[in-house]
Amino acid sequence: MAITRFTKWGATGLAAAPFLMWGAGARAELGLNMPQGVTAVSREVYDLHMLIFWICVVIAIGVFGVMFWSIFHHRKSRGAVPAQFHESTLVEIVWTVVPMLILIGMAVPATKTLVKMYDSREAELTIKVTGYQWRWQYDYLDQNVGFLSVLSTPTAQIRNTAPKGEHYLLEVDNPMVVPVGKKVRILTTAADVIHSWWVPELGWKKDAIPGFINESWTLIEKPGIYRGQCAELCGKDHGYMPIVVKAVPEAEFKEWLAQMQAKNKPNPKTANDDNSTVKIAGGQTL
Amino acid sequence: MSTASHAHDHAEDHGHDHGPPRGLTRWIYTTNHKDIGTLYLLFSLLMFFVGGSMALVIRAELFQPGLQIVNPDFFNQMTTMHALVMIFGAVMPAFVGLANWLVPMMIGAPDMALPRMNNWSFWIMPFAFTLLLSTLFLPGGGPAGGWTLYPPLVLQTGDAFPFVILAVHMMGASSIMGAINIIATILNLRAPGMTLMKMPMFVWTWLITAYLLIAVMPVLAGSVTMLLTDKFFGTSFFNAGGGGDPVMFQHIFWFFGHPEVYIMILPAFGIISMIIPTFARKPLFGYASMVYATASIAFLSFIVWAHHMFTVGMPLAGELFFMYATMLIAVPTGVKVFNWISTMWRGAMTFETPMLFAIAFVVLFTIGGFSGLMLAMAPADFQYQDTYFVVAHFHYVLVPGAVFSIMAAAYYWLPKWTGHMYDEKLGQWHFWLSTIGVNVLFFPQHFLGLAGMPRRIPDYALQFTEFNMMSTVGAFMFGFSQLLFAYNVIKTIRGGAKATDKVWEGADGLEWTLSSPPAYHTFTTAPEIR
Ligand SMILES: [Cu+2]
Repeated sequence: MAITRFTKWGATGLAAAPFLMWGAGARAELGLNMPQGVTAVSREVYDLHMLIFWICVVIAIGVFGVMFWSIFHHRKSRGAVPAQFHESTLVEIVWTVVPMLILIGMAVPATKTLVKMYDSREAELTIKVTGYQWRWQYDYLDQNVGFLSVLSTPTAQIRNTAPKGEHYLLEVDNPMVVPVGKKVRILTTAADVIHSWWVPELGWKKDAIPGFINESWTLIEKPGIYRGQCAELCGKDHGYMPIVVKAVPEAEFKEWLAQMQAKNKPNPKTANDDNSTVKIAGGQTL
Repeated sequence: MSTASHAHDHAEDHGHDHGPPRGLTRWIYTTNHKDIGTLYLLFSLLMFFVGGSMALVIRAELFQPGLQIVNPDFFNQMTTMHALVMIFGAVMPAFVGLANWLVPMMIGAPDMALPRMNNWSFWIMPFAFTLLLSTLFLPGGGPAGGWTLYPPLVLQTGDAFPFVILAVHMMGASSIMGAINIIATILNLRAPGMTLMKMPMFVWTWLITAYLLIAVMPVLAGSVTMLLTDKFFGTSFFNAGGGGDPVMFQHIFWFFGHPEVYIMILPAFGIISMIIPTFARKPLFGYASMVYATASIAFLSFIVWAHHMFTVGMPLAGELFFMYATMLIAVPTGVKVFNWISTMWRGAMTFETPMLFAIAFVVLFTIGGFSGLMLAMAPADFQYQDTYFVVAHFHYVLVPGAVFSIMAAAYYWLPKWTGHMYDEKLGQWHFWLSTIGVNVLFFPQHFLGLAGMPRRIPDYALQFTEFNMMSTVGAFMFGFSQLLFAYNVIKTIRGGAKATDKVWEGADGLEWTLSSPPAYHTFTTAPEIR
């Protein structure tokens, strides 16, 4: 896996080569590229990312190729005599129009993906995610389930007095549990300052803004545990409020839900208490 | 032409003439564009080392996972201060300093149009930065909410808050005065025959930059004043609980912030457009298209601000508009790069230090442009936003972009300013160590961001360790090689081989017709323009 990623990135050449080598030996799962993720949307985002990346690589090879050829051949020490040409309307038009066409070629798939990401209709489950300094709260709105999710890495590991575990800083006490194969609507908001809810494997992040509710959705195909972090600076422990999403088969999800309903009432403290007005981004009402 | 300038060479001996007074008062009371240019440049160099030291604190903490050197709150103070110091203290004053030295000499003017205001706009800066840096010692420490000052987080700042706002106001006032002065100088003091379309590219890019500054610095001032009233006077501009909107701050801030990005790169474009023709011994390719491209970039910079905020939950139409507008910037930027390469094409190049920095600028700035294009794609930006990919992107355009152009300019014009050649060998060492260092520092950050490392965190998951270590090694390499630069500059000021008036074989422009160093007052009679 890492090897194919290396060949992709290796194309940038330039200064990258020496430390790519170093990285290769270090760790098998060393991340170099955006994950493809576990949803249809995340794969589309990945494909878009790779498409633009390769377009940039091709342009870079062309542009830098010409430049370095010139640097090598058109030097005074090789007896070059400077030409005196200094303008050409035709080439100026060409290198204005051609990039424009390339951009249109990139804008089309980007627009399609964006429209898809904005379509959160027909979700089968709605989870409200509230950011606090420095923890997340998950409320399953129609199921009467709510709980806080806090970093579970021991302080000793952070202070370097104990060896660090495998999921250092990416582990929580209560993960957000979702069923696979179901469209889940995720509403993000915050109670104090702005946070941002991000799980790379889902293909997006969305800001959690106090007094506002943002809407996103995901449909996870593969059971598994997916880890992320708060992405918007939110104060001193911004680096210590991870996100863990556990995607499980439908039956297992129902079982978990029943357990949760039995043992805890929804947490009474929600973002609404802290703000007298709640506006919905995009003008929708809930 | 140059005879006019020699008239004052002996002026220092005569009390009645305009030679510089001696001692400290020369610098405090000066209204001379060369003195003020020197002050700006030295101040900028000092701030470059202050901001750089903060960056090294950040990189040292990030060398390994876990907390080793600083606590998270101080870490956040360092990231916030590093940005404020580098943007407002190092990069912007460096360009203003270059404009002070060069604009009058390039357009054949005797001085800046408003010399007393010029003195004021510089002397505000040391006070603004003393104030800003002193907040690190206040109870609760310095600002830690990021240089973008987003509420509500920034409102949690301790006693430092009003001092930071005042410091930002002072920097803004200084920038606006500097910009007014540059516009007044360029529009009114050009020598007869120096039409707009004959102006050197550096003058053109600065003219456009100055308009950007006048347009957006008041917007920044307004937004930080609204923060101030939200904190102390009970307003709710950015507080949803009182009917306000925290995202509105981001819109206002980035309406300033995006043009600000171009304020830091357009003068760099100007510098590179001066240096490449000199060392290719061939005129700049597509002068007129360079001017139009600069103007287009400046215009577009006003309608792309929300690409910094793709994840705040804008309506679909808003996302699409800002995505398309942002992608458009690639076109005039591409034109610039193509023009520079066409200028090199079939030239007769030599590779003195300024040219090396200029070539590195073209390559590495373009890499920053590519990552910028990737970031413009809103759906992909949902992944990139607020990660080290963004950190890598803007450092590529700001460090081997803006900062390299300033270094190129320093080496290029230092012989003119001081009358001495700099140490070429040392310059080449500085160039290679900086270029290797900067790439080892910032290239791995692309990988970190793509693999999922958020920015502005003092500690990270284990899979990010190797690239962070590399980045830190690069940071110390880059940081310490700047000492070579400082040493080389000081050495050149104090002495060295005598520079000729033209300095560079392929140099072209009015400043090269003056003696090296130029007299204290130059072009007291306007030169003739061919
Ligand atoms: Cu947070």
